[in-house]
Amino acid sequence: MIERISNSQLFQLILANIKELIREPGVLFWGIVFPILMSLGLGVAFTKKKDVITQVAVIGENHLVHQAADSLSLIFTFLLQNKAILEHDREGKLARKLTVPDDKLGNTTFIFKSLDWKEAMVLLKRGNLNIVMDEKGGAVQYHFDPMNPDAQLTYLKLSRLLNVAGTVVKATNTEISPLTVSGTRYIDFLVPGLIAMGVMMSCMWGVSYAIIERRSKKLLRRMVATPMKRSNFFLALITVRILMNFVEAGLLFLAAWLAFGITVQGSVPALLALFISGNFAFAGIAILLSSHTSKTEVGNGLINALSMPMMVLSGVFFSYHNFPEWSIPVIQKFPLTMMADGIRSVMIEGAGFAEIGMSVVILSVSGLVLFIVGMRLFRWH
Amino acid sequence: MSTPTVIEVRNVFKSFKTVQAVRGIDLTIGAGQFVAILGPNGAGKTTLVEMIEGIQQPDEGEIFIMGKTWKGNDNYLRNIIGLSLQETHFIDKLSVWETLRLFASFFKIGAARCEEVLKLVALEEKRKAFVVNLSGGQRQRLALGIALINKPKILLLDEPTTGLDPNARREIWEILRSLKDETKTSLILTTHYMEEAEQLCDYIVIIDQGKILKQGTITDLLGEIQDLPVKPAETRKITLDDLFTSLTGRHLND
Repeated sequence: MIERISNSQLFQLILANIKELIREPGVLFWGIVFPILMSLGLGVAFTKKKDVITQVAVIGENHLVHQAADSLSLIFTFLLQNKAILEHDREGKLARKLTVPDDKLGNTTFIFKSLDWKEAMVLLKRGNLNIVMDEKGGAVQYHFDPMNPDAQLTYLKLSRLLNVAGTVVKATNTEISPLTVSGTRYIDFLVPGLIAMGVMMSCMWGVSYAIIERRSKKLLRRMVATPMKRSNFFLALITVRILMNFVEAGLLFLAAWLAFGITVQGSVPALLALFISGNFAFAGIAILLSSHTSKTEVGNGLINALSMPMMVLSGVFFSYHNFPEWSIPVIQKFPLTMMADGIRSVMIEGAGFAEIGMSVVILSVSGLVLFIVGMRLFRWH
Repeated sequence: MSTPTVIEVRNVFKSFKTVQAVRGIDLTIGAGQFVAILGPNGAGKTTLVEMIEGIQQPDEGEIFIMGKTWKGNDNYLRNIIGLSLQETHFIDKLSVWETLRLFASFFKIGAARCEEVLKLVALEEKRKAFVVNLSGGQRQRLALGIALINKPKILLLDEPTTGLDPNARREIWEILRSLKDETKTSLILTTHYMEEAEQLCDYIVIIDQGKILKQGTITDLLGEIQDLPVKPAETRKITLDDLFTSLTGRHLND
């Protein structure tokens, strides 16, 4: 019995694919270690408070140090009352540092730099600062790009500070209540997206590129010259890839659970069904993509042309609802969006088959159709 | 020819876009016969072998293998043919043994035959070596071993020693000589090395620009040179290259 199994071509094909996979350190790193590192890195970056340091250009020295001939400027009075520390920056420019404490949103440190208009414009263009302050006719003036959200935020913070009678507002007792409920953090949003993206990338490179490379090396042609069942070739390749994707996703979930306490709030069977259907969809795309070309450069281009837009648009890292309204229905039809949204709704919204059933059906059927079309177009040499 | 026919090529034509690769070839190969298809690069050798192998369909003419055409007989014919292509790359991170086991499984053949083949191609010491770490000669011996794994009735070798150093080439020749002595396998070998054709094969087909220029035994072909208007200097051995040059004005390795 054991000998019969070990002599079977499907078993040997699966074994060969597994060995090829696990013996390639790059595959293990990029497939398993990298997504975990990325989720940990992004999770830490977006879940821990971080002090914000904002540089502000102040035109003229009289706003930072008192000039005997001048009357006191509004900015200088404000800085003096709040005990902003006078110092010189790395270039020797005069600066005053003021830290606004906030134990909920993180401290903000403003560095007010004394610059002339030309110097301020150079730093603005370089992106080193985003706002310039000045005084005219006894009023503080703010110069910034209204289309720049960072500049808007700096303006709002600064104008608020200067309007509160020269006293720094401490945010400790304000009404801001940071949300820490599981499912509402950035990491809760990120991990499902990374799981879906992992499946897509794994299928694109592990199935599509592997086929193109084997065709370019004439290995497909050599294999098809034997009585090998063609269906076994694809079955082995896709089975091994799905198994690998389970391992990848499982380890990523484990790391996220240990580090951030992520859990599955909805139906686990529904999540598994969605995961498998997503694998089918991307395997179908991968077979179709690799059905013809024997040039690895072309394969590389095709894979990037298909996966990069989805990575950017499908809401893996950030919500696609920031894109123009007209594009959202289109984006929602991408397989990566469908899979990421579905996993997210099961993991963080507590969804089950009722909510994601349609996605499972669409992903499975599209995978099957693409696979059949790919097989019809498939060239072995 | 007294031996039974294993391959019969009847007036076969094949074109690719604007190139006529094969133009009306007729060829008959008997059981146990070692046949060299000799010609320069682009002569149509590989296309002819690909049509015999079933990868390409002739535009005109017919090919019979063991009396059967490829249509409807794929599985039977793939079981009796062994094949080695020019520059096949196997899976880099599989060992020699694992590669043999993989290909053996396609023929439902077990480990015992893999052991035999490993010995036959003298790769026992490289059993655990990954394919990526083999030399060019060792890789070609592995390709030959895979071609022999099913004890084929017909062995098709497409330029099996191209790019190999003289030692590695001789090792391949030794394996093929022992095959000739010990089995009834018919061999079709394409090459542009006349020495290879002379050393291994008992029947030689010289082709150029998709047509057969001459065919026969080595003795017959070399004998024909005496009748040609341009003769080589008498001080050196007459070769098939001299015959090719007399027929085309070019050398085989041009």
